[in-house]
Amino acid sequence: MYLTDQEKKMRDGRLGEAAGMAMAILVDLCEAVGAPEMVEISHVHTDSGFYFGDAGLAFVEHLAALGGKVAVPTSMNNTSFDIERGRDYGVPEVLVQKIKRLEQAHLAMGASPSWTCAPYQNGILPEPGAMVAWSESNAIVFANSVLGARTNRTGDLVDICCALTGRAPKTGLYLDENRRAVVHIAVDEFSAEAFTDARFYPLLGYHIGRECGHRVVAVTGIPKTVTMDDLKGLGAAAASSGATALFHVVGVTPEAPSLAACLSREVPVDVLSFTPEALRQAEALLWTAEGDRLDWVGFGCPHFSFREFTRLAQCIEGRKVHENVACTVFTSRKILRRAESAGLLEPLRAAGIEIYVDGCLLLYPQSLKPAGTMMSNSVKAANYIFSQSGYRAAYGSIRECFASAVAGKIVRRPPAWLRS
Amino acid sequence: MAEILKCRPLVAGRARGSIMVTRQSISFWGGVDPANGRILDPRHDLFDQSIAGRVLAFPFGKGSAAAPLVLLELSGQGTGPAAIINIDTDPLLVAGPIISRHFYGRAAPVVLLTEEAFDRLRTGDDAVVDGVSGEITIHP
Repeated sequence: MYLTDQEKKMRDGRLGEAAGMAMAILVDLCEAVGAPEMVEISHVHTDSGFYFGDAGLAFVEHLAALGGKVAVPTSMNNTSFDIERGRDYGVPEVLVQKIKRLEQAHLAMGASPSWTCAPYQNGILPEPGAMVAWSESNAIVFANSVLGARTNRTGDLVDICCALTGRAPKTGLYLDENRRAVVHIAVDEFSAEAFTDARFYPLLGYHIGRECGHRVVAVTGIPKTVTMDDLKGLGAAAASSGATALFHVVGVTPEAPSLAACLSREVPVDVLSFTPEALRQAEALLWTAEGDRLDWVGFGCPHFSFREFTRLAQCIEGRKVHENVACTVFTSRKILRRAESAGLLEPLRAAGIEIYVDGCLLLYPQSLKPAGTMMSNSVKAANYIFSQSGYRAAYGSIRECFASAVAGKIVRRPPAWLRS
Repeated sequence: MAEILKCRPLVAGRARGSIMVTRQSISFWGGVDPANGRILDPRHDLFDQSIAGRVLAFPFGKGSAAAPLVLLELSGQGTGPAAIINIDTDPLLVAGPIISRHFYGRAAPVVLLTEEAFDRLRTGDDAVVDGVSGEITIHP
């Protein structure tokens, strides 16, 4: 493979031992996957701060001990639990201490403790065309699709190597030819109300992931009024049911001014449709709750946005969460501060909603109850909570989720636009 | 009699072990218990079996970008496969063994077989995977 003089210096350890180790790993990776050269990147979103076991912790601490410094701005993905308040819901102290060690090692290397799976809600917005190396499936698909930046599905620990070197293997979605869609999904037969309903988009995403796997998709039939939160939910769902890393919404996302502009010119394109029947099927697959039994309502997968906080606050109307139900929100420290200063958190807390930062909604119940039923406005959460921890899942709008939390049971009516 | 299959090495190294083959893909994140190498997904045909020390053959990887973290942990705890045989290259699957080689000085070799050669693998056969010369030697 080709390396620049600077990259050779780095690999040979002449720019520091940590960068040397990181570069040697990336060179081996390039050779394994057939990348002919490296791409210079301008930002990294790393998941190396996620504590999974002592090996990852030891690797990151080793790089920090070798004096590693990030070569490009680097933000950190969410961790498992709220670092300061995890003890409130039973996270063992030994785990909290290990997460803090990961935080210290990353800070020593110059990463920013953003601790969020939605960096794009925290002012981290690479320009269209920018080469970045992001981890976290929902952030990857958002960066590629909505921001028009370029990243592959960067692996955990590979991401910190990219950060220390400012390089990534030049393959996949860094290259123009791999960014065009090989599947066209025509959204069809929906009435206009469907497109202003937040429940619609994540179910479309779930369908896309299941049907298309890792293939790049172009979607037609979506109006320009689609919101950032809608696209976030769509992408997160698609990346959880498939391995979607890039979708185009024709007329909306930056690389799709027209259908022709974003379709592959080399490979025959599969044409599929998404109809009310497909949406019903997607929801039926996702819905694993039995009856109306409810233990927990979870918001913030990906981390709750400021707009979502606003919407939830509007639903409270002086009501309180039922005593048999837990209601939690996960967000970033930055959005928490913003929501706090806007006065949005007081009514939520008064209603009995617990608000946490840093961590992951999906790992919240681990220390509380081994099984139960969760309801969420997130298709990603409903999908993973069942497949990863056996929790049963229901899905609904923010309003329906809160109404269910108040009632102590699942309250859900199919949307009017879906009734046949 | 030994049978020799030509393979394409992605991660160099040499390992010996008993073959464990599945036609299903494997999701390492949430799918394998690092304490003992056991497959956790009840829907998987290797459910509850341990991949530790085995020559693990599956067509390709799936799931989360956290796979390198899981594979490094398996390597650190000594509960990982002795070698990995795939049909398609998955950057997320080769990264774990590559990092393990640079960090622990040891790595499970990762090699690719054609679909036709893959079908010749039988669970329980003894295999030597040579991720340098590009050969898998099988002793039934």
